[in-house]
Amino acid sequence: MKRVKPANTRARLYAVAMVLALTSSALVVRAVDLQVVRKDFYQEQGDQRFLRDIPIAVSRGTIFDRNGEPLAVSTPVDSIWANPVDVLSNAERLPELAKALDLDEDDLKQKLVQRSDKEFVYLKRHLNPDDARAILKLEIPGIATEREFRRYYPNGEVMAHVLGFTNIDDRGQEGLELAFDDWLAGKPGAKRVIRDLHGQVVENVELLREAQPGRDLTLSLDRRIQYLAYRELKSALAEHHATSGSMVILDVPTGEVLAMVNAPSFNPNSRNGNDPANRRNRAVTDVVEPGSTIKAFTIAAALESGKWKAHTPIDTSPGTLTLADGRTIRDVHNKGLLDVTGVITHSSNVGAAKIGLTLTRDHMYDVDHRFGFGEVSGSGFPGESPGLLPIAKSWGPVEQATIAYGYGLNVTPLQLAQGYTAIANNGRLRSPTYVKGAQNPDTAVIDPEIAATLRRMLETVVSAEGSGLKASITNYRVAGKTGTSRAASAGGYDNRHISLFVGMVPASKPRLVGVVVIHDPQGAYYGGLVSAPVFSKVMDGALRLLDVPPDNVKNWFTAAPENPHTIDAKPPSSEDVELSNFAEGVP
Amino acid sequence: MSARIAGVMTILLGTVVASAIGVVSAIQKSRVLFVELTRLGSERDDLNFEFGRLQLEQATWAENNRIEQIARGRLGMVSPNPAETVVLRQ
Repeated sequence: MKRVKPANTRARLYAVAMVLALTSSALVVRAVDLQVVRKDFYQEQGDQRFLRDIPIAVSRGTIFDRNGEPLAVSTPVDSIWANPVDVLSNAERLPELAKALDLDEDDLKQKLVQRSDKEFVYLKRHLNPDDARAILKLEIPGIATEREFRRYYPNGEVMAHVLGFTNIDDRGQEGLELAFDDWLAGKPGAKRVIRDLHGQVVENVELLREAQPGRDLTLSLDRRIQYLAYRELKSALAEHHATSGSMVILDVPTGEVLAMVNAPSFNPNSRNGNDPANRRNRAVTDVVEPGSTIKAFTIAAALESGKWKAHTPIDTSPGTLTLADGRTIRDVHNKGLLDVTGVITHSSNVGAAKIGLTLTRDHMYDVDHRFGFGEVSGSGFPGESPGLLPIAKSWGPVEQATIAYGYGLNVTPLQLAQGYTAIANNGRLRSPTYVKGAQNPDTAVIDPEIAATLRRMLETVVSAEGSGLKASITNYRVAGKTGTSRAASAGGYDNRHISLFVGMVPASKPRLVGVVVIHDPQGAYYGGLVSAPVFSKVMDGALRLLDVPPDNVKNWFTAAPENPHTIDAKPPSSEDVELSNFAEGVP
Repeated sequence: MSARIAGVMTILLGTVVASAIGVVSAIQKSRVLFVELTRLGSERDDLNFEFGRLQLEQATWAENNRIEQIARGRLGMVSPNPAETVVLRQ
């Protein structure tokens, strides 16, 4: 090779410098393009490959009863999800996965293939966290877990109707779970994380939105009374071969619902296998004709009109009354000459109809309406029925007479309890409430004197000559009213009955009001025979559980009256102890 | 004059650099704290879940029906009738 001296070294130097300059400026331009001009696009693309915004699951608030016992608790569970493409690309591990999940391999494969255009599919939801961790340990690509919550109801069917239930996403579907869903649910938060190839979180980057856990809720219900009511109602249904029944117990001073049960019930812990008909909270969604239990309100209107007093005589013979349309109202027995109190005591249909006909229809409507009939009670329970109280303008004499003794209008058991609670509460009406300590103002609906008179009348029902003797409770005075009505069906009444009892205890200073409604008992069907004993048994227990003192402690009755049944405890030397000190909660 | 400008510029430059370092360190701190927050949050959640589970367990053991069956059946307990009841009063 011959060494040639370059002709123009300088020119070549320039050329090299030029090329280098061009190259480096090209690099700079490209760098600016990537780093500045198209930065957003590339940043986003990069982030998409590893940054994820994931929700932070929050637990639903716990529901407690009035004594702090848990009624509905959410516990964490893990749901297994998969990225179908990743799982399918490791098809040799499918049998292992199917076995771990306890699923059929072919079904699993089909599910994954069907969803292979998606990046997310649930394989199994609500697993015990330990089981879920065991599956994750297998380290099958594309398999990950998600934290979810499942609701448990330790009291099962006893509380089922009033609490309702949640769906698989932990949102309230029925009952108080639905009514207070916003309060209980909380707000899921969000955080940004870095995820690796397998979908596992490698690093938490930042908190986007703080999670707000659901708030707890303390109900007015008392688990013990609720259980008692359910047990007695259920055994009464079995004894009388009845189809269904409800019981409601309200606390008179506050209007709080202490117990609300229905039978037959369902298991809220299982999502399947429950008859939807059994999920209804019949005490607020189903209406009945109140029958004789409405007579208290007819008499309330009569007393308010001034035309009638407690002992104004009324002739009910011959025990029948023919209405304008030719229909005849009957009493069970001809009681002849009664007074207004006697109409309640013996539950005379004829007497109630005759008294009703002396009143104006507007006044009767007004009194029934004031006591809450024909309107939703304002308890806020989802699906609550307003019942039916026809407007006064539509009443003729026939309607007026029938409504006076409890037909031609519909009420829910809760409305009936609410109305009687107003009588028990000196004529002041309150909306029933399910929340302990809720602000619950009352309004005067009838004169306190009239309410007191009604209570005295109702007390005569639970006596040897009244219709509700079986509602009596040892050592407590009970005021109440029996009722029996025929079940309405399409086009008339059929031969099925509804047995009712509404009562309040202790009669001298009512603390509790209870309503028992039993549908379609076989054999004996009078409210005084079917429903009154349930009232007696449940209230006996409830009074004991709440430490309600008897009407008159001095007259404490024992089975052996000749024994000294009341002993005087040594008076405490230093401080005076009042009976009220032994009120609820103090042993 | 120019010396003063140079002085001001130096101070400004120093501030900018300090603030830049401050930003970096603040971000780092926030990450560390966030990791700590997440850890404590999940510890709190775990304790809450444990508490919920225990409550549930307690409620299940204390279920009225179960208590009644044990009391009446295994322990042979009965409710006292009025004759066996003594009213204590002052």
